[in-house]
Amino acid sequence: MRANPSFILSLPLGGKILLALMLGAALLVPLLNLLTPVDSFFHVPTYLVSLMGKYICYALLALSVDLVWGYCGILSLGHGAFFGLGGYAMGMYMMRQIGTRGVYGNADLPDFMVFLNWKELPWAWYGFDMFGFAMLMVVLVPGALAFLFGWFAFRSRVTGVYLSIITQAMTYALMLAFFRNDMGFGGNNGLTDFKDILGFDIQADGTRSVLFALSALALAGGYLLCAMIVRSKLGRILEAIRDAESRVRFLGYQVQYYKLFVFTFSAMLAGVAGALYVPQVGIINPTEFTPANSIEAVIWVAVGGRGTLYGAALGAVLVNYAKSYFTGALPEVWLFMLGGLFVLVTLLLPKGIVGLVNQFTSRTVRSPLRFLYAGKQP
Amino acid sequence: MAFFNALKIYALLLCILFMPLHAFAQTQADMPGLIHQLTDKSRSTQAEAVDALTATGDPVVIAPLDALLNGNLYTRKSDGSVWITTATATGFDLRDPLTGADGGSVAAGEMSKAKITNAIRTRLRGSIGRMSLLGPDPKLRREAADAIFKNGARESIPLLEAALEKETDETVIRRMQRALAGVHLDQSDDTQVRLKAIETLGAFTDQDVRALLNTALKQSDESVRAAAKKALAGVESRLEFWGMAEGLFHGLSLGSVLLLAAIGLAITFGVMGIINMAHGEMVMIGAYTTFMVQEVIRNSYPGLFDASLFIAIPAAFMVSGMVGIAIERGIIRFLYGRPLETLLATWGVSLILQQTVRSIFGPTNKDVGTPSWMSGAMEFDSGLALTYNRVAIIVFSLMVLGLLVLVMRKTSLGLRMRAVTQNRAMANSMGIRTGTVDALTFGLGSGIAGIAGVALSQIDNVSPNLGQSYIVDSFMVVVFGGVGNLLGTFFGAMSLGLVNKFLEPFAGAVLGKIFILIALILFIQYRPRGMFALKGRAVEN
Repeated sequence: MRANPSFILSLPLGGKILLALMLGAALLVPLLNLLTPVDSFFHVPTYLVSLMGKYICYALLALSVDLVWGYCGILSLGHGAFFGLGGYAMGMYMMRQIGTRGVYGNADLPDFMVFLNWKELPWAWYGFDMFGFAMLMVVLVPGALAFLFGWFAFRSRVTGVYLSIITQAMTYALMLAFFRNDMGFGGNNGLTDFKDILGFDIQADGTRSVLFALSALALAGGYLLCAMIVRSKLGRILEAIRDAESRVRFLGYQVQYYKLFVFTFSAMLAGVAGALYVPQVGIINPTEFTPANSIEAVIWVAVGGRGTLYGAALGAVLVNYAKSYFTGALPEVWLFMLGGLFVLVTLLLPKGIVGLVNQFTSRTVRSPLRFLYAGKQP
Repeated sequence: MAFFNALKIYALLLCILFMPLHAFAQTQADMPGLIHQLTDKSRSTQAEAVDALTATGDPVVIAPLDALLNGNLYTRKSDGSVWITTATATGFDLRDPLTGADGGSVAAGEMSKAKITNAIRTRLRGSIGRMSLLGPDPKLRREAADAIFKNGARESIPLLEAALEKETDETVIRRMQRALAGVHLDQSDDTQVRLKAIETLGAFTDQDVRALLNTALKQSDESVRAAAKKALAGVESRLEFWGMAEGLFHGLSLGSVLLLAAIGLAITFGVMGIINMAHGEMVMIGAYTTFMVQEVIRNSYPGLFDASLFIAIPAAFMVSGMVGIAIERGIIRFLYGRPLETLLATWGVSLILQQTVRSIFGPTNKDVGTPSWMSGAMEFDSGLALTYNRVAIIVFSLMVLGLLVLVMRKTSLGLRMRAVTQNRAMANSMGIRTGTVDALTFGLGSGIAGIAGVALSQIDNVSPNLGQSYIVDSFMVVVFGGVGNLLGTFFGAMSLGLVNKFLEPFAGAVLGKIFILIALILFIQYRPRGMFALKGRAVEN
């Protein structure tokens, strides 16, 4: 369980690469963005920093989906809800930071509330002017929702597709709720026009670089945490639940508590991803709660390879890179591609890209890369 | 004597000759003068003219009064003549206020507008209302009576009484009676008249009468107050009844829409256990098939338009069914036993289908026409209106459900379907081609979704996103009703529809829906296999 060097060395190659990449990027990208001249070959433009930061947040979300789906067999079609809640918590903090610089110049109320003619701050906004409290909420709100939801669902043994359908209903209900102006979270416009975070200008290169570095570190840390969980005894039980839930129950394990733990933890991770995502894209609105978004996150995991953790991160980055490219270059084609991806991956690549690579390397017995896989479980 | 007689006859002749002529001459002679008076600068002169014109009772004065009200009555600066104008790009087209004769066109600068105040406006509206009470159009007469009921003045009483005598249309008579009673109750000094008015009003059932009776509760007369209270109780209880009836109708209507959307899913998900996320797109394809059928009919056989839906139903069944069979044979059959993968693959299919339709037909809503026999509504006195298309959908959804139950229970296909879903291996060894049955079952479910699309095209926007809006709801219905149980689906749909509509007045549409979703999530914890779960040993997988 301890994060000592031998634990890191025992990780699969993909995991090591992920850790190395994230740590390297967290160091290098800000340097290349801030210290190199704009016309230099090595210069990383700020838009690219934010774009990569966005992908990394998606990767963290995918990681959280993979933890529950790949290791515990819970196909959540509502993880976008946890991501969105984390994002809203962060957005609320940044809304309060705007203060008197809003269009209406009200020190307490965000612009949209002044516009709706509200007189005082709704109770749900109390405390969000404090960074620490907001960061606590980033993990606590999604965690509490997941705990409550999981408590009911797992206790009464709602499994499989039924669970998937009700997670979808959950995010759908949240979407409807956040679209309402009366909820006090900005209605369909959501929260935007952020100015600064902890006093740093949100548009500045330096802030962007730091946010990127934090996202990369969060992904690395998230990966390490997830890897610790799945390699512990707890992780073994989770896998057993995935493969034969009844049998684990008959062996005397309280299946629902294991599921509840991993589901809640995963939701908190998704919340962190959402909180890092919002300052980098500059807006959070209820479309984050659409069931389609959550289902898309599942396909990232499937493309990368479920049950590998690092594969989920890889899938998220690849699919989103393709999305950015194709929605720009050939917008008509993108939905065909995404749809085709769903079909092809489930039919032909049930283990995703990582599975394909593993198959390739294990077939060529004398592969020169063999030694790199020493840490991989057979 | 002869002279006197002659004088008498002469006088009589004079009378006969001149009396009507005199009267005639007066109205004829006065009208243009009165019209001219309408444009006067003095408000009291204008008011007098309005009243005098109204008093003639001649429908021709409606046009100039209406023009004055809408600011279209002008005087020509050169000769002071009065005209009704229509604005054109360069100036005005002129019409004579009384005869409507064409007066040519002039530049805008040559005319000056007759100005009015709000007091005159109110007076004009009242006058026009009273004039149309006698007009030829029953709809206008009804509206005029309703307008008088809403803000009736004492002077409308004789006019209403006169109009009531002439009126033949049953609905208009009732509206006029209501208006008369309303004015009496509000303005009469005679307690007996007011009591009589309350009695008349007590027979009506609408919100306006309720409001009026409520104001009558404040009148000083004790007997009037008591009568009003009694009448009000009657009106309110009937209003409540009709409100319930309306809620029931809307609930059943929403329920039947849900039923249509979910019934195909009850087969693919409920019977076969396949999570088909592309189910909504089958509905969408059905709606687009309806659009195509109507396009062909519009262009080639316009006479058949009223029958278009009857042609669209089998067409939509075939198209959606074929697409469904293709999906089953191409994708789903490789994924049996892996429900989560099926869910993802069919989600991909749904994205592809949406984008295909968007590429072919464009992203905008398509206009699907309503046949003449489905437009209109059954209207009741209380203001309740049952639109025919909603009624048709309720009936249609029940027919589809009945037909499906028959297919499942009485046909050999239904028998084989049930055999395969209950024990695939056994069915296979009895000689049933399980692959074919799978394809046909899935095709049937998809085809029924297509038929639902025909119905939904009548009440919803036909766009590539049509299916998306139903997918969560349909799954909820099936899960709530109990998987693998068609009657459960029926009860699930209807109860969700009713609860939704009865929650709406308290919580609003969106919040009501959120409540229902939360309630359903909790309900599934309590009964994971739905309200009408099949009993059996196959508890897991």
